[in-house]
Amino acid sequence: MIATWLAQHRLAFMLVLARMWRTPLAMLMMMGVIGITLCLPAVMYVAIDNLQRFAGDIQSTPQISLFLSMETSADDIQELEQRLQSHQNVKSHRFIGRDTAWQELQQSTGLGDIAGGLEKNPLPDTYIVHAKSADPAMLEQLQQEMQKWPGVELAQLDAAWIKRLHSLLELGRKIITFITGLLGFAVLTIMGNSIRLQIMTQREEIELSRLIGATDRFIRRPFLYSGVLYGLGGGLAALLMLSAIIWLFNLSVADLAQQYASDFRLIVPAASLGIVVVGGSAILGWIGSYWAVSRALTNLDNF
Amino acid sequence: MIKFDRVGKLYPGGYEALKNISFEVAKGELVFVTGHSGAGKSTLLKLVAALERPTSGTVLIGSQNVSKMRLASTPFLRRKFGLVFQDHKLLYDRNVFDNVALPLHINGIVGKEAGKRIRAALDKVGLLSKEKAMPITLSGGEQQRLAIARAVVSRPAILVADEPTANLDKTYADEIMNLFHAFHQVGVTVLIATHDAHGAAALGGRTMHLARGELQ
Repeated sequence: MIATWLAQHRLAFMLVLARMWRTPLAMLMMMGVIGITLCLPAVMYVAIDNLQRFAGDIQSTPQISLFLSMETSADDIQELEQRLQSHQNVKSHRFIGRDTAWQELQQSTGLGDIAGGLEKNPLPDTYIVHAKSADPAMLEQLQQEMQKWPGVELAQLDAAWIKRLHSLLELGRKIITFITGLLGFAVLTIMGNSIRLQIMTQREEIELSRLIGATDRFIRRPFLYSGVLYGLGGGLAALLMLSAIIWLFNLSVADLAQQYASDFRLIVPAASLGIVVVGGSAILGWIGSYWAVSRALTNLDNF
Repeated sequence: MIKFDRVGKLYPGGYEALKNISFEVAKGELVFVTGHSGAGKSTLLKLVAALERPTSGTVLIGSQNVSKMRLASTPFLRRKFGLVFQDHKLLYDRNVFDNVALPLHINGIVGKEAGKRIRAALDKVGLLSKEKAMPITLSGGEQQRLAIARAVVSRPAILVADEPTANLDKTYADEIMNLFHAFHQVGVTVLIATHDAHGAAALGGRTMHLARGELQ
């Protein structure tokens, strides 16, 4: 039983390979079209992925500045110190006394002259607080909480744009999901149509096979193989194009990044992306051809 | 083996191809179905080979009732038959050998065993030397013999042929009829539709005459 089953699969597979080999140009074009269609969302994914990584580097030190009011006493500062030390969301904190800040300001180039024109120190005592996580919601909550503490004049979350970036990235991901869905459907249609054409050229064989006792499964088998092979080839083509695009981008961005003393470059995505692209493409090929053959068989059905 | 009980076939559009047909064919019998074209011979054979369902009455093949059969099990019933079609239905995109291979592949027979059987079938019809030839290069008689080789290669219990000698001259036609007779002699049930009543009578066997969809 199993030997027969294996033999039939091998037969269908060889038949499909032989047919593909007979029209190599058509085969390559088909794989190219699927490759291009799948390459687009993959490139977008890589872009977003890298942007996120880039943003992650910056966010690794999100900080809140606590400017204390001028009237704050040493006792109040002591109490604040206690609160910060025991707070569960605070990773570290640093006190900058107003005198230290004043000195730093006077020493820093350019600003020294301005500072010199002032009679007394206008700077407040300050705490620089580093939070434990970069989660924007948590940061905001922390900032609001600290704003209410006695002695705090202003609690400033110095990177509100991080939140914006996050929502932008979130939006980007949603758009990618949407586009991937659309293009996946496009691949399904391309595949279904190409298989439909194959079925038309094979129509006589299919009709005859049905008359002499072929099951639908037997008729479907070579077309499913063909769909899966097109899918695999298309997925590999997409990966090839994606690698070429990343390579070209890095080649031109390397110079630019060097001038800004940055080592920013697109990171080649993990193997999982490759598996998803090739596997997903193969699955789409299977579904597309199954659909096409089922439709064709229904049309033939007059029993 | 085959039993028709008050079978009727009404095609969509109101054309009544068969009316109230009842007959039986025993195992190993040779039966000719004669009649003018349009008398319903082809329809009768299609009902026999489970290619179509009757609109009334019952068709029994072996012990299976075709009218009540599940769609998914018809392929397995059809494999009991070797079919020779009026229009050959040869596949012109592959050679003689591969044409005969198709029914075996459908039955799950591949490889060496398939090769042996294909050559045996080709040998029986005298086409062994042409296994690599493309069907289009064969003469009419050879194409008909190829169709027969394909019909018998999976060793069916019942051989059904629709006008197998229609477009052949006398010598070729006799040759083909003798082939069918040979299969009948080794125990295969043979059903042949033909408009040539005289040729049928010469070979012996039973003759059923159809006229306007009714058995005479």
